[in-house]
Amino acid sequence: MTEMLLRAFEVTKRYGAFTALSGVSFDITKGEVVAVVGPNGAGKTTLVNTLSGLFLPDEGDVIFEGRSVKGLGPSALALRGLARSFQLVTVYPSFTVEEMIAVGAFARAGETFRLLKPAGVYRRERDEVREVAAAFGLAHRLTTPCASLSQGEKKLVDIASALTLRPRLILLDEPTSGISSADKDRIMETLLAAAERLGVESLVLVEHDMELIARYATRVVGLKAGSLVADMPPDAFFRDPEVIDTLVGKVPHNALG
Amino acid sequence: MKTTLAFLAVLAAFAAAPFALGPYYTTLIIPILAYAIALIGLNLLFGYGGLLSFGHAMFLAIGAYASAVMGAKLGVRSFEAQLIVAMLASGTVAGLIGLLCLRYTTIFFSMLTLAFGMIFHSFLFKFYDLTGGESGISVPRPSLFGASHAGLSKTAFLVGPFYWYALGLFAVMFLVMALVVASPFGLALKAARDNERKTAFLGVPVFWVRYVAFVLSGIYCAVGGAVLAVSIGAADPELSFWTQSGNMIFIIILGGLGQLFGPVVGAVSFTLLQDALMANTQYWRFALGAILALIIIFAPRGILGLITRALDWRRR
Repeated sequence: MTEMLLRAFEVTKRYGAFTALSGVSFDITKGEVVAVVGPNGAGKTTLVNTLSGLFLPDEGDVIFEGRSVKGLGPSALALRGLARSFQLVTVYPSFTVEEMIAVGAFARAGETFRLLKPAGVYRRERDEVREVAAAFGLAHRLTTPCASLSQGEKKLVDIASALTLRPRLILLDEPTSGISSADKDRIMETLLAAAERLGVESLVLVEHDMELIARYATRVVGLKAGSLVADMPPDAFFRDPEVIDTLVGKVPHNALG
Repeated sequence: MKTTLAFLAVLAAFAAAPFALGPYYTTLIIPILAYAIALIGLNLLFGYGGLLSFGHAMFLAIGAYASAVMGAKLGVRSFEAQLIVAMLASGTVAGLIGLLCLRYTTIFFSMLTLAFGMIFHSFLFKFYDLTGGESGISVPRPSLFGASHAGLSKTAFLVGPFYWYALGLFAVMFLVMALVVASPFGLALKAARDNERKTAFLGVPVFWVRYVAFVLSGIYCAVGGAVLAVSIGAADPELSFWTQSGNMIFIIILGGLGQLFGPVVGAVSFTLLQDALMANTQYWRFALGAILALIIIFAPRGILGLITRALDWRRR
């Protein structure tokens, strides 16, 4: 028996006259790594924005842990266990790695509105930050300013900060964009291992890199012009030339390993 | 540790001032303390929160008028009671205005705060019975911890008991703010300044974090305003004019934006600078403007940034 974590139910999102998502439905169950693929403008980021509470769907519903979370908004949803990262790396330039990761730890502990106790004296949160940093191999970077990290490290800190919330599910919008192809695998390996260690039950990745999808995804969801056109295991996906052609164009010949 | 030492040095300098400078210059330091208190609050919103308010002179004026109305119209001379009323009044107004203004950020937030500041300015002119209209209200000498100090001359009161009272208030308000900016709340506020959307997805209710900063900054400005009113002996509608808000922003940038000691350094340097410029040239506003431009271009972290850089350089 697999447990359903997140359900998109006939989600429609319009920008004025343009329909970015039309009636998209799918479920995500515990233990899945779901890759969302599709050409530019297919609605992948809109989907992530709608599922994560940034946008309100015009029609349909988003159900997390069996309850509708439509209209709940990003911060409440993040605290409930549905986190996300952004396509462009988002670290606070003025923060150290430790401070960056601590924001979510304090939010999760309900201490965001503690005004008179310095952040440095919270022992439980400090341990939590260290544990998360260690899971990402960033333990030696805690006092480094985020601005002076490498691009790959920034990506990891960015995702680590979201995983401090200990979400059950995380939506990752192109986690390896802007990373050199030589480093992509290492970043993905680190990321998936850290997610597992920190108790994340399912991941949704928007991803363009077919090799990464072939290697790490347990399911592929294809979007085109705002509609769901594929939802299948990766081996079936890579064996279906018609689907590949619609969603990707060309597949590198070594994608199937 | 460094903060504690710097704080003690600042306190020692202020404590030595009356002995070193004599009564005339000491009376000039009280407004510095008043502005420092107000700007410590505004710096939370502007420096740490990234929200530029052009309306905070309103809260300065609320503090001044609270003290004046209590003392002159209601006969409540206790400065402690006046401060409490000033904080409550300003906190309430900030609490109401903040609900509207904080729906926006950037220039839209700035323009809304400016608009509310202008509304308040005209309110002070129109409601003559309460506010004394154009001429304002003169502020009778308050009692401090129940002592009226009636035997002292005006100057002796200001440079004596009131100076120490203002310095004590500054010390307490500074320490509270030092805790606030170092707290989880301070971290969340800075996070929201750097990236609002990301911060929301880290479980931080960005609106309410900013709201608390807005209300706190209003309360700090009111305390500064009450001290200012006593030191100049009047609550004047000009205190709430938008140029006053502009000055407050200028002083924060001059001192060093988003740094704990920025407002103090700014208030001291601004007063010294204005004094020196006004004594030497009738074009002092021109000179101040040029200095602001130079600071923004060459020293974006203000005078405090220059000082810390010089200290780091010497240590190397």
